[in-house]
Amino acid sequence: MACMNKQFLDARRLLCPMPVIRVQDKIKTMALGDQLEVVCTDPGVMQDIPAWCRINGHQILSANNNAGEFTINIIVGD
Amino acid sequence: MLATKAIMEQGVHVEGINFFTGFCVEGHTHAIRKKDKAKPKRNNSLWVAEQLGIKLHIIDVIEEYKNVLINPQHGYGANLNPCLDCKVFMVQKAQQWIEENDFDFIITGEVIGQRPMSQRKDTMPVIARESGANERLLRPLCAKNLPETLPEKEGWVNREELYDFSGRTRKPQMALAEQFGFTEYAQPAGGCCFLTDKSYSDKLVDLWTARGKKEYELDDVMLLKVGRHLRPKAHFKMIIAREEGENNFLQGYKNMFQTMTTVSHPGPLVLIDGTLSEQDCWLAAQITARYSQGREAEQVEVKMTQQGEEKSFLVTPLSSEEIPKEWHV
Repeated sequence: MACMNKQFLDARRLLCPMPVIRVQDKIKTMALGDQLEVVCTDPGVMQDIPAWCRINGHQILSANNNAGEFTINIIVGD
Repeated sequence: MLATKAIMEQGVHVEGINFFTGFCVEGHTHAIRKKDKAKPKRNNSLWVAEQLGIKLHIIDVIEEYKNVLINPQHGYGANLNPCLDCKVFMVQKAQQWIEENDFDFIITGEVIGQRPMSQRKDTMPVIARESGANERLLRPLCAKNLPETLPEKEGWVNREELYDFSGRTRKPQMALAEQFGFTEYAQPAGGCCFLTDKSYSDKLVDLWTARGKKEYELDDVMLLKVGRHLRPKAHFKMIIAREEGENNFLQGYKNMFQTMTTVSHPGPLVLIDGTLSEQDCWLAAQITARYSQGREAEQVEVKMTQQGEEKSFLVTPLSSEEIPKEWHV
């Protein structure tokens, strides 16, 4: 799937489910194949954002923990 | 989960809506505390949606919900839980959502008699009426105890395959869960909202009393969930981290408040809400010292930071007897 456009979302300091809501709202404005990089501080996002992506048809490209900052890359699906 | 599955079994396409009011009790809120880090951190609504194989829409209603909490037309429950108004509001939002997204009806997992305020035989029609959902609101688990709704009349669902559960017992739900093959499910209703919690409600009342008005922001709601709250005087409150996880969480707020920390001994981060006189600062420093590892020391150095400016206080920590119970919010 070709990446058409990459966007960044800062969801640091937000507790779940706010990061998921921000991701959901951001993805609504993006096109199929676009990439979203979201940075969070709530460790719960490592479960919740992938779960939200799985049930809504988006793909997780990577999910990394860097000293308490969690960076997740998502490819927008259908 | 059961209501959704019951309707899906009839071949109906279902999508989930989860409203976030700010008062929802989720594993993540507890995850602030280091001692709770081992607990599962999953979001229950996402987990349920995944088990059922349905889409889930999480909707931020924090702003709109303020009016529900501050001015409940049907009053509060045992604490600050406006359960009936809350249910009306959520069904009303769901009705808006189905109109915007071309869905035909709403289902909820409500059961007559299960909850004392919002799930009584006399209040369930109130929810349908005041939300504007009317006949488009179907409660599959107790539908047979209620008048026929539009989905039943239209034949979109078969009433005979719905249920007649009632009362506080969860046994029929557990039996149905077993029948559907669900071995794990989320906590039953009632324990999922901070507003049903007395301690939390007391803190919220204290916040409104101190401000002289019933207002709040999301940050207020979050901070009421964290730390030890002490109000030594009517015009200021201290939020004292109880352990490392809370300390880390409160760090994120240190630029929004005056803060105190102990310098000579390890101790908590303290946020101070209010305007302090010089005398108040000394008292706050003694309290801060009390909750540090220097509580038994003769003198503890406490640093106060306010808008980038630092002040130092050398104090004798208060003893536990010198901290009256009434200070604890």
